Amino acid sequence: MKARIKFQKYGAMKFIGHLDVMRYFQKAFRRAGYDNEYTKGFNPHQIISFAAPLGLGLTSDGEYVDISLITSRAPKDMVESINNVLTEGFRVTGFHLLIEPKKNERQVTAMSLVSKADYLVSLKDGYSLGERFLTPDAFKEAFESFYAKSEIFINKKTKTDEKLVDIKPMISMISFSEEEYKEKLKSILSDVTRVQNDERNFSLEAESVAEVYENGIKVYLQLDTGSASNLKPELVMEAFCIENQIEYNPYAWQVHRLEMYAKDGKTGKLVPLDHLDR
Amino acid sequence: MADKPKTAIISDLRNYTTVRKGNIMRKLALTDEILLSVDKPARYIGGEINMRVKNPKDVDIRFCMCFPDVYEIGMSHLGMQILYDILNNRKDTYCERVYSPWTDLDKLMREKNIPLFALESQDPVKEFDFLGITIQYEMCYTNILQILELSQIPIYAKDRTENDPIVIGGGPCTYNPEPIADFFDFFYIGEGETVYNEILDLYKEYKRLGKSRREYLKAVARIEGIYVPAFYDVEYNEDGTIKSFRKNIDTAPDRIKRQVALDINDSYHPTRPLVPLTKITQDRVVLEIQRGCIRGCRFCQAGMIYRPNRERDLEYLKKCAYEMLKSTGHEEISLSSLSSSDYSKLKELVYFLIDEFGSKGVNISLPSLRIDAFSLDVMGKVQDVRKSSLTFAPEAGTQRLRDVINKNLTEEDILTGAYEAFLSGWNRVKLYFMMGLPAETEEDIEGIAILADKIAREYYKIPKEQRQGKVNIVVSTSFFVPKPFTPFQWARMDTPQEYIKKQQLLRSKINEQLNRKSIKYHWHEAEVSELEGVLARGDRRLCKVIYDAYKAGCVFDAWSEFFDYEKWVKAFADNGISVSFYTSRQRSEDEILPWDFIDIGISKSFLLREYKRALSGSVTPNCGQMCSGCGAMAFGGGVCREKKNLTAGSAAEDKTEDIIAAAGGKYESQN
Repeated sequence: MKARIKFQKYGAMKFIGHLDVMRYFQKAFRRAGYDNEYTKGFNPHQIISFAAPLGLGLTSDGEYVDISLITSRAPKDMVESINNVLTEGFRVTGFHLLIEPKKNERQVTAMSLVSKADYLVSLKDGYSLGERFLTPDAFKEAFESFYAKSEIFINKKTKTDEKLVDIKPMISMISFSEEEYKEKLKSILSDVTRVQNDERNFSLEAESVAEVYENGIKVYLQLDTGSASNLKPELVMEAFCIENQIEYNPYAWQVHRLEMYAKDGKTGKLVPLDHLDR
Repeated sequence: MADKPKTAIISDLRNYTTVRKGNIMRKLALTDEILLSVDKPARYIGGEINMRVKNPKDVDIRFCMCFPDVYEIGMSHLGMQILYDILNNRKDTYCERVYSPWTDLDKLMREKNIPLFALESQDPVKEFDFLGITIQYEMCYTNILQILELSQIPIYAKDRTENDPIVIGGGPCTYNPEPIADFFDFFYIGEGETVYNEILDLYKEYKRLGKSRREYLKAVARIEGIYVPAFYDVEYNEDGTIKSFRKNIDTAPDRIKRQVALDINDSYHPTRPLVPLTKITQDRVVLEIQRGCIRGCRFCQAGMIYRPNRERDLEYLKKCAYEMLKSTGHEEISLSSLSSSDYSKLKELVYFLIDEFGSKGVNISLPSLRIDAFSLDVMGKVQDVRKSSLTFAPEAGTQRLRDVINKNLTEEDILTGAYEAFLSGWNRVKLYFMMGLPAETEEDIEGIAILADKIAREYYKIPKEQRQGKVNIVVSTSFFVPKPFTPFQWARMDTPQEYIKKQQLLRSKINEQLNRKSIKYHWHEAEVSELEGVLARGDRRLCKVIYDAYKAGCVFDAWSEFFDYEKWVKAFADNGISVSFYTSRQRSEDEILPWDFIDIGISKSFLLREYKRALSGSVTPNCGQMCSGCGAMAFGGGVCREKKNLTAGSAAEDKTEDIIAAAGGKYESQN
């Protein structure tokens, strides 16, 4: 059976890269006594799949990994047993058993489902955007006029080349406070609700692990994420800095992922990955 | 010994940072900007699985343990995990860790004047009571200086004050500590399991009484196994050899006795080893099945300095394996020991591991095994035959030279073993040899090429339809480096020029063989081996050379991309020190050797007897067959105790034992 696990990544663990996170969880499942399914052969490994890898230096409230289990205990038990063996910087907040695909249906992975993600980008304390943007209000004003442009062109680098792209269509929402962000989400999200605790699901009421900075300069971004179209929050900040003639310092911003979504084919609305049945 | 500056602990939260109300976390010594601009930041953040967490405020002793190489190497070392466990089992002590910062971070720390810090609390090492450095190989000596300098601790022990940590050295290189004597307050000679508690208890007592650093060192020097270099003076003869080695305070012992843990059969094995957050060299559970070796190969330092051979109890090992896999979540387990085939319960242990864990997704990584029905069976069970290769370590090319080094492996063993393995589907063989062994001739070099060819011929004895493609033989040669406390400690070492000539000879001899196209030849660089040779058998006069080489930029000498031979040559020249005095000079029997003051537990007369037997080509039976009187029996444990009733006569009659001893073929998994 397939299960989807949601987890947080924070603190010092933001310096652990994606491959190491995979290795970390494989070991954690073993410590927690999960009955994972393994591939066959001389070097068996767990069947597991992560949604949209998180870059080095980023923290998150909304990471997902799909796993394959031979047997499972109650979801609540599964969450508790793994949290008992996780170290500081990782915390599992949800465990959801997925519906097996019917015959003729392809097994979908968390990876292939993702289409959007929400980020919170904050200016770290000790960094400044210069005289013009000392307050959150000044930053908000500048960012709003940046976002109001009909197109935002920037050089997007890939492994092989670099090309000028318009990233505006890939940004679907911006906000400047938690209240505003949550309000805007209401109209974007599909109204699917998820039971918190039953025989197939368990979600933990968890506080955000996003770091909070005194300067208060921050922006919430909803961006294209996934194989079809992908925009990194860092690139948005770089474009913003170029627009405002500020030197872009990649170390000045803390990027935090809040949630990942799939798009509902019928309504076009977004569904958090842990609200899906498969 | 004054109290440490209290800046380390201003409040309980000194080591934590607030993320959100009520959510506190470990704070890091390095900024995000530094961590994101260096390679593999996971090396510096600590927070690993099974890391011990204590409040530094609650302990009396802060001990920082160091492996002076990069994190991935240091974290793979089992000995450090054992000590980490022992020290942290003390309530009054917090043992933390530090490894060599890679060159990128080294540069940043110097630029920004950031003191080196321990991984657990992220506090500066200089605020600790002790810095204990494990010294596993000579080529890390400059890294020790890097650790001290980055920690902002004076490099020379004589320059340290009451506020500096006490710097301890331990590990196999300390069996000749003289080339690094000036940098350490004291050395712990022997296995860590024995007197650490005494050392720490004494420290706590002296700290409470407000005694000075020197008073503590004087007291600690009275603990068996402790060597405080400052309490000894060396005088030299005009020819550069040692005239005398004498203590300069009455209370220091004349000789330092190596410490041996005799009760490891069912104790001291870690059960909750640290699991790193990034891939390291040994990313698996490591089970130490025995310590020491019964073989007595004459070139091998490990075979002498870990005597007597001591096996761990089978049931204890099963329990440890189970607990370690459970506490780490590792997907692989490997066995660690010298000559694993000699472990008496090997079969039971390996089959237990396969049966118990094999079905649970745990890979069993086999150690070097002699080729027999058992090893072929387990090899076939745990790995893909097509992807793995056989490894033999004949060490020398002819039977005559193998007798000189007492390597009990005959050509017949190798050829039969290879043939059996070829029949079972293997077609790749690795062969390890040493060049520059005492009494080596051109025939011995040629013998390497001939042996490789004979192995290839064995392959082609198999009917064509049963062969798996072509046979593939890799010959590797390293240069023999004579080590202290081996029968070859008096021997001269070849010069790099002699080595290179031998290399070329072998190259040309391989090209003369029938199966030359199936044989690949790899060799080690001569210059690193030469330096290793100097440092291994050096004396105190080398401290200044190491210091100068380090100051000239030498660090990570064990890494070929950083090893800078020219800088070392200059450091030797600047100090008027001749390299050949230490390497290619034949030492006389009555010369005072720099390490003679250490009582390793093996007598010098035994080593000399073995040296003479070597030169006459006589082999010596192993400890399992009969006792050859090396002196280790005095420890009163291990194989000496079990076999002491065996006399020379009865052992010689026991033909089966001889056959087992002769079959020393080695096998190693290679994916």
